[in-house]
Amino acid sequence: MARADSNQRAKSSPLKAWGVNHLRTLLASLGNMSRQPASSLMTIAVIAIALALPSGLLVLLNNASHLSVGWDNSAQISVFLQNDASEKQAQELLRKLRLYDDIDDAKLIHKDQALREFSEISGFGNAVEALDNNPLPHVIAVQPKIDPRRPDKIPHLLKQLNELPQVELAQLDLQWVKRLFAMLEIAQRGIWIIGSLLGIAVLLVVGNTIRLDIQNRREEIEVTKLIGGTDAFIRRPFLYTGFWYGFAGGLLAWLLTSLSIGLLDNSVTQLASLYNSGYQLSGLNFRETISLIGFSCCLGLVGSWIAVGRHLSEIEPS
Amino acid sequence: MIRFDNVSKRYPGGHEALSNVSFHLPRGEMAYLTGHSGAGKSTLLKLIALIERPSRGNLLLDGINLSSVSNSKIPYVRRNIGIIFQNHHLLYDRPVFDNVALPLVIAGYQHREIGKRVRAALDQVGLLNKEKSMPITLSGGEQQRVGIARAIVHKPGLLLADEPTGNLDPELSRDIMELFARFNQVGVSVLIASHDLDLIQQMGSPVVSLSNGRLERDDLATGRVASGTGDADGQG
Repeated sequence: MARADSNQRAKSSPLKAWGVNHLRTLLASLGNMSRQPASSLMTIAVIAIALALPSGLLVLLNNASHLSVGWDNSAQISVFLQNDASEKQAQELLRKLRLYDDIDDAKLIHKDQALREFSEISGFGNAVEALDNNPLPHVIAVQPKIDPRRPDKIPHLLKQLNELPQVELAQLDLQWVKRLFAMLEIAQRGIWIIGSLLGIAVLLVVGNTIRLDIQNRREEIEVTKLIGGTDAFIRRPFLYTGFWYGFAGGLLAWLLTSLSIGLLDNSVTQLASLYNSGYQLSGLNFRETISLIGFSCCLGLVGSWIAVGRHLSEIEPS
Repeated sequence: MIRFDNVSKRYPGGHEALSNVSFHLPRGEMAYLTGHSGAGKSTLLKLIALIERPSRGNLLLDGINLSSVSNSKIPYVRRNIGIIFQNHHLLYDRPVFDNVALPLVIAGYQHREIGKRVRAALDQVGLLNKEKSMPITLSGGEQQRVGIARAIVHKPGLLLADEPTGNLDPELSRDIMELFARFNQVGVSVLIASHDLDLIQQMGSPVVSLSNGRLERDDLATGRVASGTGDADGQG
C-alpha cells in the first residue's frame, strides 16, 4: 500500500497529466516528422498542391465576380420610343432626359442608323431592303448615375422612363450580366466538386502516410501496450502527426496560392491598364486564410483518425 | 499475488497449451517457472499479462479476477506488472533514458519525478552512466538490464520475466538472476520463466515446473525449495 501511495503522490493531477501528455505528444510528433524530412515534406507538398488548386480557382472566381460587379455599374437603359414618334419628338425627349438628376448621359440612336446597323450585323440586308418602311423605333441609350448607396434608384428611374408619354418601353440591359452570373455559378460548382474530390485525396494521402507510420512503429506500439499504454495514449501521436501534416499542408497551400496570385497580378494589372482600369487581383483575405488552414488541419486529423481506427487495433502484443 | 485455479488455454486449432493448471504465488514471493520449450511457460505468462485469455478456469492477480477485466481496463492492470522479455523489446530509436522513462510517461508522472526515478532505476541495474546511450551501442547483458530498469521504474507489485537470460553467458545470467532476487528482497513478487536449470538450482527459489501444459512440480504448494543454497528464500 505504501508503494501505491508514494506512486500516487508522484503523479500529476489527472487533468494536468493529461495536458502535459498532450503537449509532450504534440511536440514529439513534430519532432518525429522532422526526423524524416524528405518523406514528410513530400506528404505536405501533396496536401498543399491538392488544396492550393481549388483555393486558387476560388480566388480567381471571386475576382471575376468582383469584376462583374464593376460592369454591373455601367448598366445601360435602352428607352424604345413609340413607333410613330418623330425625330423631332425624339430630340426633344433627349434634351429633357439630359436634365434628369439621375441620368449621367443620354444618346439618341436614330431608327435609320439602327436599321443600317441591323442589316449589316445580322446579314438580313436583302430582307431589310425589301421592307416598305423602317420597323425600328428611335432608341435613347440612357446612362444612369450610379449611387452605390442607393441601388434602388435605377429601378425607380426605369419606372419613371416607362411612364413617359412617347416611350414604348424602357429596358435595363442586364441580360448579359445575368448570363455571366449563371456562368460564374457553374464555375463555382465545378470548383466545389474539384475541391471535394481533392479534399478526399488529402484524406487518403494523410491516411496512407499514417498507416505506413503505424506499420513502421509496430514494435513501439506493442511495447507501449505491454507496459500499460492505453489506446488513447497510443493513438495520440498519430492523430497529432495527422494534424501537423494538415497544418503544414494548409500553410504551404496558402503560400502557393499567394505566390500564384502574385505571379498573375502583374499581367492582370497590365491588361486592366489597357482597358483604362486600375483593377487589381485580390488574394486570400485573413478569414479565407484561416478557413483554408483550419480546413486542412481538420482533413489531416480526420485522415489520421480513419487510419488509426482501422490499423491500430490490428496490432496486439503476442 | 498470482492464483491459477484450474486454468486451461486452448488455442484456435485445438492445441491445448495449458491443462488444468493450479498454483498460487503469494505476495512478495519469488519463483521460477521451468519446463521444456512448448511446455506452456510463455502461455502462462501471457495469461497473467492479459496478452491471452484463459479458455477455462479462474486467474486472480492481486485479488482481481482477470476474466472480469474488460479490454479497455487491461492497460491499468498491466501498469502494476513489470515485464522483461528475452529479446529485450527495447525501442532502438531513442536513448536508454527515454526507454526506461516510458512507463512513467504513460502513467502521467511529473517531469522532475521521471528524471529522479529513471536514474534510480538505472542505478539499481548499474547503468547510471549509460542514460544517454542508444540501446544498439550496448552489449546484450546491458540491453537486458535496460529492459529490467524499464520493468521496475514504476515500482510494480509483480515482475514477470520470460527467459531473461536466454541469450546471455552464464556469468551475466547469474548477475541478472541476482538482480531479480534483490528486487524480491524489497517486497516485489517475481515470477521468472527459464529453462536454465543449473542456474535455478544455484539460486534456490521455489520452482514451478510445466510439462506438456500440465503442472509437474509445484514447490510453492509442497514447501520444497530447489536444492543448493538452502532455505534462505523459502516459504514465508
